Amino acid sequence: MGSTTSSEGGRTFSRRWVLGAGATTLLTTGVTACGSGGGSGSGGDTLTALVYGDDAVKVQEKAVARFNGSAAAKSAKGTVKLQKVPGTEYPAKLRTAMGSPNAPDVLFNWGGGSIKAYREADQLVDLTDTIKGDPVLKDGFLPSVLAAGGLDGRNYGIPMRGMQPVILFYNKSVFTEHKLQPPTTWDQLLDINAKLKKAGITPFALGGSDIWPELMWLEYLVDRIGGPEVFERIKNGDASGWGDPAVLKAAQYVRDLIDDGAFGKGFSSVSYVNGGAPAVFAQGKAAMHLMGSWEYSTQLGKFPEFAKNNLGWAAFPEIEGGSGDVRNVVGNPTNYWSVNARTRNKDAAIAFLKDCASEAYAKDLVANGDIPTTSNAAGLLDAAPNPEFARFQYEMVEQAPAFTLSWDQAVDPSVQTPMLTEINKLFVGQSTPSRFVSALQGLR
Amino acid sequence: MTASSTRAGRPHAAWALPGVLFFSVFAVAPMVLAFYLSFTEWNGLGDPRPVGLANWQRLLDDPRLTQSLWLTALLTVTSWAFQTVVSLLLGVWAAGRQRNRAVLSAIFFVPFLLSSTAIALLFFALLDPNFGIIQQDTLGSSSGAFLAIVFVGGWQFIPFHTLLYQGGARQIPEVLHQAAAIDGAGRYRRFFSITLPQLRNTMATSGVLMVVGSLTYFETVLILTQGGPGTDTAILPYLMYEAGFKSYDFGYASAVASFLVATATGLSLLLVRMTGFGAMRSTREGM
Repeated sequence: MGSTTSSEGGRTFSRRWVLGAGATTLLTTGVTACGSGGGSGSGGDTLTALVYGDDAVKVQEKAVARFNGSAAAKSAKGTVKLQKVPGTEYPAKLRTAMGSPNAPDVLFNWGGGSIKAYREADQLVDLTDTIKGDPVLKDGFLPSVLAAGGLDGRNYGIPMRGMQPVILFYNKSVFTEHKLQPPTTWDQLLDINAKLKKAGITPFALGGSDIWPELMWLEYLVDRIGGPEVFERIKNGDASGWGDPAVLKAAQYVRDLIDDGAFGKGFSSVSYVNGGAPAVFAQGKAAMHLMGSWEYSTQLGKFPEFAKNNLGWAAFPEIEGGSGDVRNVVGNPTNYWSVNARTRNKDAAIAFLKDCASEAYAKDLVANGDIPTTSNAAGLLDAAPNPEFARFQYEMVEQAPAFTLSWDQAVDPSVQTPMLTEINKLFVGQSTPSRFVSALQGLR
Repeated sequence: MTASSTRAGRPHAAWALPGVLFFSVFAVAPMVLAFYLSFTEWNGLGDPRPVGLANWQRLLDDPRLTQSLWLTALLTVTSWAFQTVVSLLLGVWAAGRQRNRAVLSAIFFVPFLLSSTAIALLFFALLDPNFGIIQQDTLGSSSGAFLAIVFVGGWQFIPFHTLLYQGGARQIPEVLHQAAAIDGAGRYRRFFSITLPQLRNTMATSGVLMVVGSLTYFETVLILTQGGPGTDTAILPYLMYEAGFKSYDFGYASAVASFLVATATGLSLLLVRMTGFGAMRSTREGM
C-alpha cells in the first residue's frame, strides 16, 4: 500500500509544487533572473540593464555598444551590459529580479502602474530634477510622452522605444467598394456600421479572447466622452473615479455596438496574438480594426500585399457632446528606462539614458520601423519603411493634448486583472453597464 | 550487496536519503514556505508583512472561491464520466489480440505524448470562429468554453486510461469467457457480467488519477479560456496563478495554494478509502 499511495501522492502534488515553489523560491533565493548583476570592479562598474527581448532590442544593443565606447562612459566610470528577457515573462521576471540581491541597475518598463510598486518600495531613482536640470533630457522628448511615464507628476523614466498609439485602421478596398469614408464622428461610424452589415461584412475585427483589444474601445470612448481627466483620477488610485458618468456612458456605447453586431458573433473566441483578428481584417471579412500602431508591422509580416496597398488609418472619431479633445490619443506612449535606487553608479546609469535622446538612437529606431518620441524625430521619418504612416503617427502624438497610457499598464497590477475580467464580462454580456461601473468602483 | 543490508533482510535506510533530500528541498520546504506566506502580505518586493488570518478570511469570503470549487467539482465529474466511458470501451476493444488493434492502440496513444500546451494551442486554432472547424463562438459562451475544456482534457488523457483498461482487460482469464459462452452468454452479457466486474480495480486506479488530475488542471484553461468568459472557467489552480503571477499578491496566492493542497490531499485520501484502491485485494478470489 505504501508504494501505491506515495506514487499517486506524487502525482497529486506535482503541479502545485511547481507553481507554489515558484512563489516561495522568490523569498528564499531570489531566483537569479538577472544573472551576474553588480560590477566586476576592474576599471569601473558594469551596470546591468534588464530589457524586454523582442525584435526592437536591436536598437538597445546598438545603444549599449555606442555608450560603452563613449567618453561619457569613461568619465562616469561605468559600462552597461544588456540582459534580455523574452516576451510575456518580462513583468514577472523583473519583479523577481528586483526583489533579489542581483537586481538590475537599469530597467525597462511601461511607466505608470507598472512601476508603482517599485516606487512605493523606494526602488526607483526620482529623475524629475535630473531631467529639469539637463537640457538634453528636458527638451529631448515630446512632453506628453515624457509625462505619461511618470507617477503623480514626478518622472521615473526616460523614453526609450517607439510610440504605440491606438489607431483606427480600415480596409481601403472594402471602403472603396461600398463608397465609404473613414468616420470622423460617432454618428458617421454608426452609419458605416449599418451599411457594412447590410453588405454582410462585420464592421470591426476584434480579438476578444485577449481582452486588451476590448479595453482599447473603452479607453477611447471614456476619453472622447469625459476627457483624459476621468482616467487620470482612477490611475492615481481614486476608485470612485469609475463612477464618473463618462465611464457608464462609454460602457453603454460598447454594449450598443455589441448588440448591434459591430464585432460579429464570435469575437470572444478570436485572438489578436495568434493572428485571428488581423486575418479577418486583411481578408475583408471585417472592414475596420481598432488596434495599436503595431498592427501595421503585423500586417506587413502576415499579409504584405494588404499592408502595402489596402491598409488605411485614421484617428478615433469624435463623439458629439463629449468633452474630450478629438486629438487625444490612447495607447502606449512608449517604453521607459528607469534607474534602480540601489545602483552602484547612478552617474553612469544616467549618462547611458542620455543616449536615448541622441540622434543616432532615434535613427536606429526609425530604421527598425519605430517612431521615436524624441522632439527631433520629425526630420528623420523619411527614412522609415513607410514614411506616410510614420508621419501620421508622429503628428498624431505630437499634436495630442493628452496621451493616456493603456489602462492595464497604468493601474496597479492588483487592479489590472479584475479590471480586465470585468471588461470581458461586459463584452460577453455577463454584466450590464451599470453593474460594470459598480464592480469597478469596488476594486481596491 | 553489503553485509549490513543482508543482515537486516532489506535495503539500508540510507538508500532513501537522496530521495528524501530532494523531496524535502523541492517539495516539503516550498510547501511549508507557501503556507507561511499565506499569513503574510507580499508583492514580491521587500519583506513579507505578517497579516495573520487576513488572506484566509478573504479567501473564505471570496465569491470566486465558491464558483471555482463548484466549477472544479463539475469539471471533475464530467471529465470522469466522459473519459471513463470512452477509455473503458476503447480499452476493452483494444485488448483483443489482432494485429491491427496493436497498431491502432499505438496511434491512439499519441495525444498523451504531446504537451498540454501544444494541445491547447492546437484546439484554440481549431475553435477559431472564422477559420476553425466549428465556426461558432465556442469559447465565448460559458457552456461552450467548459465543454471545450472537458473535451480537450479527454482528448489528451483518454489514451492513457485506455492503456490501463487494455492492460486490465487482458488480465481477465480467458476461461471465464469460455465458460460463460458455453452457458449461452452473449457478447453484452459477458461484458456486463465478467469484464466490467473484473475491471473494478482498474476503474478505481484510473478514477483516482482522473479526479486528482482535474484538480490540478491548468495549462488548458490558461491557454484556451484564461478563466473566461468572465470568470466562468476560473478553476482553483487558475485562481492561484492569477493572484500570484498576474496581481503579484503572493500572500493570497499562497492561501489559495494551501487550500488546494488540503482539498486535494483530503479528496484523494477519501477516494483511496472509498474505492479500496490501496487494499490490493485480488480480483481473482474464488479462482
